[in-house]
This record gives sequence, structure tokens and C-alpha cells, in this order.
Amino acid sequence: MLEVHELTVRFGGITALDGVGFTVARGAMVGLIGPNGAGKTTLFNCLTRRHRADGGEVRYEDRDLLAEPPHAIAGLGIGRTFQNLGLFPRMSVRENVMVGAHHHGRAGFLTAALRLPRVRREEARLREEADAVLARLDLAAVADHPAAGLPFGTLKRVELARALAGRPRLLLLDEPVNGLSHGEVDAFADTLRALREELSLTVVVVEHHMGFVMGTCDRVVCLDFGRRIAEGPPEEVQRDPAVIEAYLGTAA
Amino acid sequence: MAERRGTGRRGPVPAVRARWRGLLLTAALLAVCAAPFQLVPFRVFQLTMVLVYTVALIGLNLLVGHGGQISLGHGAFFAVGAYGTAIMMFHGGWPYPVTLPAAAAVAFAIGLALGVPATRLHGLYLALVTLAIAIFLVPLLKRFESVTGGSMGLTLAKPRPPAWSGLAEDQWLYFLTLAAALLALAVNHSLLRSRVGRALHAVRDNETAAEVMGVRLAFHKRMAFAWSAMFAGAAGCLYTWVIGFVSPDSFTVNLSITLLAGLVIGGLGATWGPLLGGLFVMFVPSLSQDVNKAAPGVIFGLLIIVVMYVAPTGLAGLVRRAAHSFGRTLRKG
Repeated sequence: MLEVHELTVRFGGITALDGVGFTVARGAMVGLIGPNGAGKTTLFNCLTRRHRADGGEVRYEDRDLLAEPPHAIAGLGIGRTFQNLGLFPRMSVRENVMVGAHHHGRAGFLTAALRLPRVRREEARLREEADAVLARLDLAAVADHPAAGLPFGTLKRVELARALAGRPRLLLLDEPVNGLSHGEVDAFADTLRALREELSLTVVVVEHHMGFVMGTCDRVVCLDFGRRIAEGPPEEVQRDPAVIEAYLGTAA
Repeated sequence: MAERRGTGRRGPVPAVRARWRGLLLTAALLAVCAAPFQLVPFRVFQLTMVLVYTVALIGLNLLVGHGGQISLGHGAFFAVGAYGTAIMMFHGGWPYPVTLPAAAAVAFAIGLALGVPATRLHGLYLALVTLAIAIFLVPLLKRFESVTGGSMGLTLAKPRPPAWSGLAEDQWLYFLTLAAALLALAVNHSLLRSRVGRALHAVRDNETAAEVMGVRLAFHKRMAFAWSAMFAGAAGCLYTWVIGFVSPDSFTVNLSITLLAGLVIGGLGATWGPLLGGLFVMFVPSLSQDVNKAAPGVIFGLLIIVVMYVAPTGLAGLVRRAAHSFGRTLRKG
């Protein structure tokens, strides 16, 4: 579904990604691990066209992803969450989720200003869909609350709901359980596993929480200093000397 | 509103609040319709001007409060509407009802053209560019004397009330402006509670996330600018109807700054911010003139500072807080 070849990104003199390559099969759940600064988020930003790649190729469903404009990514079925929450704090939780379905709507400035019947129908449909996603993620009770000032774990779920509202085929999660308590991490892992089945999602997840990665992912890619240093099933990568060295310094 | 109450989605307490709000709105509308028959013509004229500024501030609120951009040049779009209307009536002899949509369309087109910087610039940089638009307007108006009347401006006949209405001129102008203001309010409201309004809010709150959700940033920013200019242009047209005279000195940089100050004081992004801002823009300068004839600017400035201290979220925020604590007192008692 997703093929990354020789992807290179430089910021000034720093090479953030250095010829990284891996593939994600349809329906797979791939964990992207590596120490801080390894280039994981940069890779995500490349996939969503936030950063320009200096070299390499990304193919998504037989399409050159790097040739697409940033706002078209959602329409191609790619959803994403952010490392440090990318919510819209002055909008309600429901509105946040409805923005996630932005590319499923047609209403423009003029038709919206005139409140044409089809705009009203579309609005009702988007609202219904958003409410369904909110109910699925146990967020119905906070639907009218601003997407700020809620517990961190709840806000993380709101972000997931917003990404799901776009009905993605490929879901990119950037540290989804960072900052959550033990119980919350387990609950999130359960939810994610269930959603993956229900919605036949393909998931790429950046995460430091090894328990979470080992428990949910069927493949793991490890980056260090912008290079791929290991790839394979979780238990194999976990034992890989290069990975251990990257995390702990010189292998003991 | 009625359908909202019917679903009971917000629970029993907000349903009561919605009924109160409905009652208040009805009462306000009645008062607004009765006002021109109770007040002397000069007061009616003042209220009409409040509505004119309200329309302009609805536009500015769309851009600044909801779109998260800034404009120090909205006086220029106001002037485009005002002068456009004057020229259409003076040189073209157009009947006045046609000039409102025409002036709005012209302001929209110019806003769309000048909205290009809005797609690339942020904050102070955008403020500077829009300020330049306002600065450059007055000399331009004086330059094309044959069309604009130069420094002398253009004097026009005000719209006459039709015989069937039985209204005086000031009352007729008041109701024309009121109808336009209600239309602007409705259009703006529909826009904001739609997919487009959400997209604007998303761009304001977090551009990066908005783009990942598929919102085209440049398009929305530029359209917000153009729509905002359109409201300002429509307000300019109403201004010409009401005053019957345009001259370059009415549209200096001061107007742009007063509009922005009025909006911030009324309440950025608040539903009633533009109306409260309109009241402020209309009454406070003349009020400060009454307090001290020598330095109205000082009093005006001081009042702005005081309001921002007492109500950092604007008058709309203050009203909301007052209503909130009033409601709490009622429940306790």
C-alpha cells in the first residue's frame, strides 16, 4: 500500500532522513521506533507533504505521493494525528471531528452563505457521522466541550476521532500514547486493535512506548540518525544489537 | 433556533436558556423596530450609523475574529463601497437599490485581488500591507477629480421613502439599513456554522492540522479576505445612502484603525461583537468630545484602555460574564 524508497530530507546541513526505505502492506500495522531525533516525525511530515523531500520516492496506492499538494492528502485516504496534539482549541470536540471530514463535504462560501437545502443536508450528514465516531470512542459526553482543558488522554482520543472522521485507509499515528497512564495505554491499544479490524485500516505508528509497540504492531522499523537500522517482526527487532545500541549506547 | 430546542440535545438547562434567548431576541427586535417612531430624527440617524458600522464590523469579524488574520485597511474597502455607490448614482444615475449589490460585488473583487498578500503574510506583516492600502487610498481619491470630485467630494440625493410606507426620510433609511444589517447577520451566521466556517476556524487555530485535514489554506484565507471586504463595501454603500455625501477625509487611515479598535472592544469572534463595536465606534468619539473638547483623542484612547482592562475579551465577553453571574444569582435565590 505504501512504499518508501531512498527517502532523503535535509535541513540546512543536517540530514534528517538519509535514504530511508520500507514498505507497508495493506492491512498491516507498522511501528516506527527510534531514539529522539531519529527522523520519525520528519518521515510523517514527508508523507503528509509538510516537508519537501530532497530525494527518494513515496508510492501510495500506485500514486506518486510526493507530487500531491498537502491539502490533497486527506482526500487520498491518509489520516494523521500529531505528536503534541494538533487540535483546534477554540472549537468544540464535535466541530474538531467534523473538520476531519472536511474533504467529504462540498459546501463552498456561496452555497453555505445562502444555506441551500443541499448544504443543510450535507451538514446534517457530516454531523451524524461525527457523532457516530464520537460515540464509538466514548466521547459523546464531551462533544460540545471546547477541545482544550480536557484530560490529556481524552484529547488524544479526540485527535484519533478527528482522523477517523476522514475515513482514512492509511492512518499515521504520531506518539498516540505518549503521556498516557498505564491503564490508558492498554485501553488505547485495545481500541486501536478493534478499530483496525472494524475499519480495515492500515496503520503506521510512531511510538516510544515499547510495550504498546510490541503489543499492537506486526512489523517494526527502527530509525537512528535518519537511517533505517532494523526492520522485522517486533520480537526480532527488539533483540537486534543495532537497536539496543541505538537506545542504550554501546551494547553491554 | 427552534429545531435546536426541539431536539433537546443540549439538555434541560440550555433549553431554558434558549427560550430566554428567544424571548430576549424577540423583545430586542420589537424595540429595534419601534425605536425610529419614538426618537428624534438625529437619534434615529445615529442608530442608523451604528447599523452601518455593524455591517462593516461583521465583515472585519469574519476576517480577524474567525479567520485569524488582521486588516488595518478595512476603511479602504468601506470607502470603495461608499465611493462606488456615489459614482454609480452621481455619474451613472443608477437607482439606489441596485448600488448595494453592485458596491458589494466591486468590493469583493478588489478584496479578492488584494487578498493575495493575505495568503502569504501573517500578523504584523499583513497588518502593514493592509495599512498601506488604507494610506494610499485618500491621495488616490483626490487625484481622479473628474470622477471622485477631488477634495470636495460628491453630494447626492438620499433615497426617498416610497409614498406607501408613510415614513419620514430618516425612518426609511433606518429600515433600509436595518434590513441590510439583518441580511448581513444571517449570511454571516450561515457561513460560520457551515463546513466553510469550520475550515476558517481550523485555519485560525492550527494551520498545519487544518491542511492535513484537507483544508486549502490559501483559498480559505483569500476568500475570507474577499468576503470580509464585501461586507465592508456593502457598509460603505449604506453609508453613502445615509449621509448623502462622500469626501476623501471621511475615509482616512483613522477609519480603518477605529473599525479594528471597535471590533476588538466589541468582542473578537463574538456573535454580538460587531453590534457592540458599532455602538462604540458611533458613540464613543462624540462622547469623548463632550467630556473634553480639547482632546477627544485622549479620552477615546483612555476609554479603549479602560475597556480592555475591565473586559479583555471585549464588551461581548463582559455581557456574557454578567449574564452568567446574573443567572447564577437567580438560581440561588
